Amino acid sequence: MAYLELKNICKTYGEGDSKTEVLSDINLSIEEGEFVAIVGFTGSGKTTLVNLINGLLEPTSGEVIFKGEKVVGTSHERGVIFQNYSLLPWLSVEKNVMMAVKEAFPKRDKSVWKRKAAHYIDMVSLTPAINKLPKELSGGMRQRVAVARALAMKPDMILMDEPLSALDALTRGTLQDQILNIWNKDKRTALLITNDVDEGIYMADRIIPLRPGPNATLGPEFKIDIERPRDKTALNDNKVYKETRNAIIQYLMDIGNERKAEAKAPIALPDLEPKSFVEYV
Amino acid sequence: MKESVVLKTNERSLVLKALSRLKFKRPKFELVPSLKKLLIPVSSILVFLGIWYLGAESLRQREIDFRVEKALTDQGQAAADALTLCFAANDPSCQTNTLPSPAQVWSSLITLIDDYFIIKQDKLDFKAKTEAINETRIAQGNDPIVYTGRASFVDQIIRSLKTVFAGFLLALIVAVPLGIFIGLSPALKNAFNWFIQVFKPVSPVVWYLLVFMIVKTMLIDSTEDNSFTISFISVGLCSMWATLVNTAMGVSSVDKDFINVAKVLKLGTFQKIFKVILPSALPFIFTGLKITMSVGWMVLIAIELLAQSPGLGTFVWEEFQNGANDSNSKIIVAMFVIGVIGFLLDRFMLSIQNAVSFEKTDAI
Repeated sequence: MAYLELKNICKTYGEGDSKTEVLSDINLSIEEGEFVAIVGFTGSGKTTLVNLINGLLEPTSGEVIFKGEKVVGTSHERGVIFQNYSLLPWLSVEKNVMMAVKEAFPKRDKSVWKRKAAHYIDMVSLTPAINKLPKELSGGMRQRVAVARALAMKPDMILMDEPLSALDALTRGTLQDQILNIWNKDKRTALLITNDVDEGIYMADRIIPLRPGPNATLGPEFKIDIERPRDKTALNDNKVYKETRNAIIQYLMDIGNERKAEAKAPIALPDLEPKSFVEYV
Repeated sequence: MKESVVLKTNERSLVLKALSRLKFKRPKFELVPSLKKLLIPVSSILVFLGIWYLGAESLRQREIDFRVEKALTDQGQAAADALTLCFAANDPSCQTNTLPSPAQVWSSLITLIDDYFIIKQDKLDFKAKTEAINETRIAQGNDPIVYTGRASFVDQIIRSLKTVFAGFLLALIVAVPLGIFIGLSPALKNAFNWFIQVFKPVSPVVWYLLVFMIVKTMLIDSTEDNSFTISFISVGLCSMWATLVNTAMGVSSVDKDFINVAKVLKLGTFQKIFKVILPSALPFIFTGLKITMSVGWMVLIAIELLAQSPGLGTFVWEEFQNGANDSNSKIIVAMFVIGVIGFLLDRFMLSIQNAVSFEKTDAI
């Protein structure tokens, strides 16, 4: 039995004529302790997929099974790191994290919450900024707070919805390492949604491309057999890395071309000719 | 080798010189900009006073000319000459009834302040005089004698402030919770929408009459003066719409990301409202409250005037009806006092808003 299982998931938005099927026939299973990445174009329904797994959305048909039980609604067992941080701007870093701590340990007193929050903030090395408001932090620091908040819920599984796509390349690199370090410590199951193939290969055990929507489905999976801890600079010369990277990019390019070809299908034009008035002059 | 060392020291001294120059420049008091900053508002005030003075002078001249002309045609040359002389001498019996000049308004302000101290002394004297009588009256089970002389200008300002704050509190207590409920539930929004749209544009005078009808009947067996109750309820009803609409809008337009966070963190309904929705709607609510405060202060004058509730509105109306020599300038004094208090109330609301809200708003 897989840890997380998606069975024939189908999600449509709208009713009647404006009905669009965003995801169709998604099947996925993730084992405990695994780090899976889903790579896809923007607008292919990645966020919808994450929201189905964390319980913010319900599938139109099919079911999400987590630890043998059907997912209904959100739960602190599945922590989410949102794409745009989603920190509450009127709360300090500590209080933002504390909201999640309270959810995971509802029956403790304030000093325990405070200590736990401090622990998670320290984990993402933000202790100096503990009393700052989100607007006083840089983008990378905000995302680290979001990571701390997701971890503070003591989740069994972490869902990451393009957590690093709004950051610059250097910050991205350090945050990738930080997330990997934390993941490595207690080997939680993790699902990373990203649009960056390199990021996926560097971080995940398995990469699954999401074919672009509407009617997005998952493509064939690519296993990444590179030993951890992975070295970013050495990775560039790694044969497995190069091959996997080329294969995934080739696959995504092919899908892209396919779509272009579809779009280029000749449109039948009506047989009309502009009327000429020249002869009347 | 030696050369390079020399070069280095030279460089360093150059850098130091540049640094020291910078250091001396920065703390220097910049006289010209700060003077400019002061000069612009001061000169605009002077220009305003100048235009006011010239306008008041020309209006006064126009009235004098008209009245002298009238005296000439009605009563002849002698009467006209006497009237001209009378105006020129600024005799109390020959005063124009038009826009007062800045100097007249200033002297009226002084009169009003003096008047305040006189009445204050009067009240103290009265209290001392009646103290013994009141004690025996209370011992006999009778009502004590209270001061029933006229109210001073300051008393009227305080009464007006009380009315506006009572009205504001009423608006706050009614509009904020109602706005939250309307914002949270689309069904309630539909139910209340026509109500808001229809009653929002109703004039303060009509609100006053409506409240008058209801409160008068409700307090029909009371012998007390109910003008205060009527005026503060009217002020509250006139001014609460901005808060109601803004609160409902703020609550219903909370960022979807925050709602998602609340769902992922599994906050209960109560927690969700108080920890996520309300803080996020707070800037909207305060914008509404600020508008409510200024609208309340604006309609207060008209409502006090109608309700005969003692206060600035009644003061203005009584002065207008009074028609004494300095009535017009007292009205202008009241106008400035109303304006300044309105401005202070606005700043007061802004400072509360900035103290409790996560978004800082600048004054306009």
